Amino acid sequence: MAMVVKQISVFLENEAGHFLELSRVIGGAGVNITALSLAETADYGIARMIVDDVDQGVRALHEAGYSVNLTDVLRVEVPDGPGALARILASFAESGVNVSYIYGYSSGGTAFLIIKAGDPQKAAELLKPRV
Amino acid sequence: MIWNEPRECMGRDEMHHLQSCRLQSVVKKVYHNVPFYRTKMQALGLEPDDIKGVEDIAKLPFTTKQDLRDSYPFGLAATPASEFVRVHASSGTTGKPTAVPHSRKDLEMFAECVARALCCTGATKNDVIQVSYGYGLFTGGLGLHDGATKLGATVIPASGGNTRNQLTLLQDFGSTVLACTPSYALFLSEALAEAGIDSAKLPLRIGVFGAEPWTAEMREKIETGLQIKAYDIYGLSEVMGPGMSDSCEARNGLHIAEDHFYPEALDPDTLTAVPDGVVGELVFTHLTKEAMPLLRYRTRDLSSLHHEACACGRTNVRMDRVKGRSDDMLIIRGVNVFPSQVESVLLEIPEAKPHYMIIVDREGTLDTLEIQVEIGERYFSDEMAQLSTLKNKIKHALDNALRVSVIVSLVEHKTIQRSEGKAKRVIDRRKL
Repeated sequence: MAMVVKQISVFLENEAGHFLELSRVIGGAGVNITALSLAETADYGIARMIVDDVDQGVRALHEAGYSVNLTDVLRVEVPDGPGALARILASFAESGVNVSYIYGYSSGGTAFLIIKAGDPQKAAELLKPRV
Repeated sequence: MIWNEPRECMGRDEMHHLQSCRLQSVVKKVYHNVPFYRTKMQALGLEPDDIKGVEDIAKLPFTTKQDLRDSYPFGLAATPASEFVRVHASSGTTGKPTAVPHSRKDLEMFAECVARALCCTGATKNDVIQVSYGYGLFTGGLGLHDGATKLGATVIPASGGNTRNQLTLLQDFGSTVLACTPSYALFLSEALAEAGIDSAKLPLRIGVFGAEPWTAEMREKIETGLQIKAYDIYGLSEVMGPGMSDSCEARNGLHIAEDHFYPEALDPDTLTAVPDGVVGELVFTHLTKEAMPLLRYRTRDLSSLHHEACACGRTNVRMDRVKGRSDDMLIIRGVNVFPSQVESVLLEIPEAKPHYMIIVDREGTLDTLEIQVEIGERYFSDEMAQLSTLKNKIKHALDNALRVSVIVSLVEHKTIQRSEGKAKRVIDRRKL
């Protein structure tokens, strides 16, 4: 099953304590992070998050003065078996959908992938079970 | 409106005559009352009578900031201290402070110049002038205050800082004129936007900004952000303070109150006069100051002079907006770099905010120039590739403009300190 969800991204300097501060802001707002990925360079990074309450999360981050970006990404449930990821990617490749990044998480015994695809709506369509 | 038409629209010959008479008297005064000048003139073989008019000004000795420091606090005073009615002091951002005493007549002259400057921008007695320069030893607050009072306008003595309160005053008192540093004006315009206040609905119409160099691009940004016309006001505390010159509604340079301050633009290396329109170091000689008149004070400010008539009707000589300071100039691997160049570049890149910090360091024998830039939230991307493309774009633009390779660092929103007075833009960590 695939669906389009909102991802919160935050710009962070690559400095000790900056991510801790961010996590405190999110936690303090009573928002739960369900999936997380950090991308970094030597001087800065991007924290990407899927949270249970996007509006509340964005509000708290803005109040704390963060630069926040909201992006549509694809949340895909992946069967726990060989070849599952390849099948997903193959259907994207055949249709010319480009993937920028992927990260994974599991919830309630099920594995999920968060996929940033060039066209998230189209990508979601591609993964619909064919009837 | 022109505040003092007989003086501001005087014929050039008449002005020359007035300046010459005043110069002769000020030279006599310092020769007889200030040992520093008498010693210097004697060393040059000069007697006061050798100065017949402003054409002889190049014979006179210079005064530098170091001379003021060496004679701190009142070694260059030309009157007894009992004549002082107020003392101002420089902010000391570039070293030891300097003190400047004013007599009662000096403060009247100061207020007269500021009143002229405010009229230059189109302000009248019907305006409500919010003075958001710091009040205190700095000349900005009290200087604008006295000038606006002389004009008969309503003064809101807000002083600097306390941004939330500034916004409240702008709204509640209906301020029509804002006087502060340009970096603070930009900060206020951001704060207004963040507070959800539509600047177009405020009665604010004029900005009188000075005390630090700024660029045409920054002026546009302030004008759009605050929905006002922004004018330059120029001055330095050693000579007087803001109001020595101001841009007029023709916005074609700043008219200098040259009946009080005789201006020269000199080549900073040879110290000889440069022609009109050529950038040189501004040098001022007091013509009417009582408490501490200075001869040929070297400002280190780089600008050019224009004597031809202005569309506004004033005949007083104009100076261009200050291009930078000869001592603000950074020498990076042998290349001259001015912070104002960095600002110009950043203002042309919509993704970058005009808040920046320049950090100069030295690794081994090589100077490094790091520019910290904030990215506007609208342009922040979740993809590393896009951020690094943006970073490269900024680096490329800066490299080209400065002709020296820079390190660009993207920093978090609001990490660069917003200034409430003079913006600190440069940190030089080189140990030379």
